[in-house]
Amino acid sequence: MPMKNEDLAALIKTKFPEAIMSIASFRNELTLTVKKDAVAEIAQFLKKNEALDFNFLSDLCGVDRIETDNVFDVVYHLYSLSKNHRLRLKASVSPDAPSLPTVTGVWKTANWHERETYDMFGITFEGHPDLRKILTPEDFEGHPLRKDYPLDGRQPATLRDIYRKDEA
Amino acid sequence: MTINMGPQHPSTHGVLRLLLELDGETIIKAVPHVGFLHRGVEKLAEYRTYHQCIPLTDRLDYVAPFSNNLAYALTVEKLLGIEIPERAQHIRVLLCELTRIASHLLWLATHALDIGAMTVFFYCFREREAIYDIFEMVSGARMHTSYIRVGGVSRDLPGGFAERTHKFVMEFPSRLNEYETLLTENPIWKKRTVGVGIISAEDAIDYGLSGPSLRGSGVNWDIRKAEPYSRYDKYQFTVPLGKNGDVYDRYRIRIEEMHQSNEIVRQALNILPKGDFLARIPNVTLPPKEDVETIMESMITHFKLITDGIHPPKGEVYASIEAPKGELGFYLVSDGSSHPYRLKIRPPSFVNLEALPKMIEGRMLPDVVATIGSLDIVLGEIDR
Repeated sequence: MPMKNEDLAALIKTKFPEAIMSIASFRNELTLTVKKDAVAEIAQFLKKNEALDFNFLSDLCGVDRIETDNVFDVVYHLYSLSKNHRLRLKASVSPDAPSLPTVTGVWKTANWHERETYDMFGITFEGHPDLRKILTPEDFEGHPLRKDYPLDGRQPATLRDIYRKDEA
Repeated sequence: MTINMGPQHPSTHGVLRLLLELDGETIIKAVPHVGFLHRGVEKLAEYRTYHQCIPLTDRLDYVAPFSNNLAYALTVEKLLGIEIPERAQHIRVLLCELTRIASHLLWLATHALDIGAMTVFFYCFREREAIYDIFEMVSGARMHTSYIRVGGVSRDLPGGFAERTHKFVMEFPSRLNEYETLLTENPIWKKRTVGVGIISAEDAIDYGLSGPSLRGSGVNWDIRKAEPYSRYDKYQFTVPLGKNGDVYDRYRIRIEEMHQSNEIVRQALNILPKGDFLARIPNVTLPPKEDVETIMESMITHFKLITDGIHPPKGEVYASIEAPKGELGFYLVSDGSSHPYRLKIRPPSFVNLEALPKMIEGRMLPDVVATIGSLDIVLGEIDR
């Protein structure tokens, strides 16, 4: 049976009182913001605890909030197949050191999601087995989903710019 | 020996590149490379109003466009916290299930074609033509319908819709049974698919598989039953499950899902209530055309909604549906302006494809083709 959001939050808060920075609820969805260094530990607890049993990672993505709060958010959407409850986990990283622990050890599906977050935002995941770009071409420079990356892109516009850029 | 199953290949269902390390014909290692169809949909969405993002979503899973529209609309409606009229909900269910049939027909056609059964391809596309005709009658477009709106659907069902859909629904089960006689007990088909591309239930959950790929391994999870959206709880249907997690089980599941979807469409035609097809919420939905042409306030509302757009409250939501390929989710962050601040699309094929190396390592080269087909991937939503 699904646990109510308040009970979910209370259970996690008793186990990790200092790591949880805020608890929010909007449109009946529970969002926990945690310290980035505790992410792997909390993820392991969320999966292994029998009452929570979050064995399914639906989604992992980044959000660029540099202009408003000078952080990148990394957002995890978790689901429990047996208990049918959902949870959103968020951790913030600063743009000077955009790195946090990987959760591929907890849910194997995080592998490609973290690669995509790295590709799109430049956030690195410590301990990831194979952190390389996934969606953009190999010679692409930059991280496109950052807000300071222009919509038209910064790649050379013509083949001449690529192959003959040294000519006058 | 390393072989490149390059982005241009008839059996990769799109622009998928597989680097295969072989020892004879046995696969030691497989590395998928994606991104050849990356169009920057998530970046584009940040520069469009909520209404303008609907055609962007059409082109994600281009085989089942209506379900992408539905997932996006449900996410925005969850963010806004609005109620959708009953008629619109049931129209959405009806068209979503027709889309599921269309998507599975294309899966069957290409999967069978890859393995060598070419006749099935032509039969399935004949059925798809009937569905395309229905979509064209409803929305004006055969494939990228963009029929849905935030708050309902864009226009009511036309006259003649019920008869045409009823005709399709009555004929479809017997046709599907005919196609099954070509494949289900066929010894060649069974030799190519039974025991191939096996994934266990724990691995499937760990790799985030969803939809028929997960149910093939025996895990009973269907979002239409677990977290019903858009009045699915009013419909009677079963969710088929597999046992072994091989290609054959996933084939049987999708065939049965087509039968069940047909049944849902039949029920929807009976249940379909009268009423509004679009909610009437002044700063979200467009006012009816008759009002726009006669009442000044409606014209101003219409103008503001088209030029400026909807302004949802600040916040973030995640909503997901049971798309034909699995869990299709949208994560939407709003900062109160008329453009989404961040739209993240959780594509089922992207996550399902990650499990491909696990399914084919140690198998032979022809099994790769069968397994890719059974995962039912669409590069449009993998790459976005």
